[in-house]
Amino acid sequence: MNKFYHTLKTIFLLGWSIFVVFPFLWALSTSFKDANAITSGATYIPWVDFEPSTQGWTSLFTTGSRGINIIGPFIDSAAVTLIASLVSLILGTLAAYGLSRFEYRLGFVKNADITFFFISQRIMPPIVLAIPFFLMLKELGALDTIFGLVLVYVALLLPIAVWVMTDFFAGIPKELDEMAMTDGCTPIGAFFRVILPNSVPGLVVAGMFCLIFGWNDFFFAFTLTFTETQLLPVSIVSLNSSVTPWWSLSAFALISVAPLALVAVVVERYMSRGTMSGAIR
Amino acid sequence: MLQIDHLTTADAKVSLDDVSFLFEAGNIYTILGRTGAGKTELLRALMGLNPLTDGEVKLDKENITKRPIRDRNMSLVYQQFINYPHLSVLDNVAFPLRRQGKKKAQAQALASTMLGTVGLGDFLHRRPSQLSGGQQQRVALARAMVKQSSILMLDEPLANLDYKLREQLREEFPRLVSDNEESVILYTTTEPREAMELGNTMIVMHDGKIIASGAPADLFANPPTKDTASVISDPPISFISGFVSNKTLYFGEGQIAPSDGLQLPPDGPVTIALRPNAIERGGDFSAKIGLSEFSGSQTIIHLDFAFGRAIMMVDGIEAFNSGDDLRISIQAEQMMLFAPDGRNITIRDNQDG
Repeated sequence: MNKFYHTLKTIFLLGWSIFVVFPFLWALSTSFKDANAITSGATYIPWVDFEPSTQGWTSLFTTGSRGINIIGPFIDSAAVTLIASLVSLILGTLAAYGLSRFEYRLGFVKNADITFFFISQRIMPPIVLAIPFFLMLKELGALDTIFGLVLVYVALLLPIAVWVMTDFFAGIPKELDEMAMTDGCTPIGAFFRVILPNSVPGLVVAGMFCLIFGWNDFFFAFTLTFTETQLLPVSIVSLNSSVTPWWSLSAFALISVAPLALVAVVVERYMSRGTMSGAIR
Repeated sequence: MLQIDHLTTADAKVSLDDVSFLFEAGNIYTILGRTGAGKTELLRALMGLNPLTDGEVKLDKENITKRPIRDRNMSLVYQQFINYPHLSVLDNVAFPLRRQGKKKAQAQALASTMLGTVGLGDFLHRRPSQLSGGQQQRVALARAMVKQSSILMLDEPLANLDYKLREQLREEFPRLVSDNEESVILYTTTEPREAMELGNTMIVMHDGKIIASGAPADLFANPPTKDTASVISDPPISFISGFVSNKTLYFGEGQIAPSDGLQLPPDGPVTIALRPNAIERGGDFSAKIGLSEFSGSQTIIHLDFAFGRAIMMVDGIEAFNSGDDLRISIQAEQMMLFAPDGRNITIRDNQDG
């Protein structure tokens, strides 16, 4: 029975892995094909099924009619996502700590309402925000700039950081803060010396969410930029012409997924709450 | 010396109600009370963790009521085993010393010595999560003691440990705190035995008030009020309504109660308190056996009388059948009488006034 279960498990996991990895392999294979190989039916293995071509990859680093240069958009995307995620994480963590540890009251508005206020910003469909954002950035002279996009992305990512971190801090016993204060810390010292070092898993999760949402956003990157600033998801669209260059699109897709995949691999070991065990029984 | 005057808090659940006391250095005070009596609230109020609505805290005659928590020169060990999860055992104990401004090497040396004292010398570089519950609580204790603060507060430190460990730490405790001669040690517990064993002075709390204090043996022998008697008795003392009429003591149902050697109060209602050893097998009273349970090498039997319920204790482990009748006698020398307002009005013939 045990062996049967083990075999079943292995088959299922194998099947699932193939299901998950196959699109990437397919894209990888496609990125080395040329127009002929693409249109001549399903082929998989280079040199065997088709003659590989690097056209898909080289077209991403050339300007002009033969392709686009994605280095600029890549750097813009990375700058906007990293800065916005970092700012959101810092502000979100501070806000979440305040919300989880202190009681705020303004009329009928209490902590839970403030937390909901943050989250509610993600409930609205993006289109509702597009026009106000556009007008505000126009007033600030920040349309089509990295600075403008960072502002908008902070507004979009902050709720995620606040949400994740509020939940995480709620799981850290308040006694830990109190103990730090009885041991000689100021309230701010308690946060930086004790609470923050114990919040790495929460920060990693919140940071990952910010990076994913920021990196993948298309809508605001599309509506709030024109020519000066271009982010990856927008420039991928510009590849599309009368003939869809599947080879370039595939290579592009792999490049745009790579940073997130890399981050996920690096931080995966932090993504557990195990480090809190031993704080309080 | 720690003096508290009229401490009052306004917490939603349990609040302190005008608590005053003078704690002297070099003493261990055990604060005994049931859950919700206000023990933890008292410690937290002293520490500055719970806001006061009224009252003052004075440490060596200096008013520290408004002083920030970090400057109070007090340590607190929580009921839960709370340590810093991200620090090694050594760094956990060195943490408060570092905050006092000691150099890292000096702090670690002192911490290491203290950890040796609590028997954790071999675990310096482990994380708290890699230790057992008892060891984790020793780390917390070491961290509280290493500061050598004027006030060391322990909030039911053994409550979350299993029986064996509790016994072991309870035995070791006096040795562990023996160096703290200049400190006031406050130790809260819900267990009368622990309170009597560990403290020079026992403080009994009930409903957010200190209802009695004194030497543990004296308090046990002569609890000043019914509530005190109830809190410090383990196994529980039984209270039965009765009355005095024509110099005779009666149980509520009108059955005459033994009163040999007791000076009875004037006619009127009284509460008769029976310690478990006041009831013995064989005698004039008839009772029905309810629950029976074993406690160590003794058997505790819950009895239903016509006039109320009481608990009896017999030496040795014996099986009693629920529902059986039992003939028992009641020893007046183990009885106490309380006035309707809860005062202890027990006066024995050989006692003055």
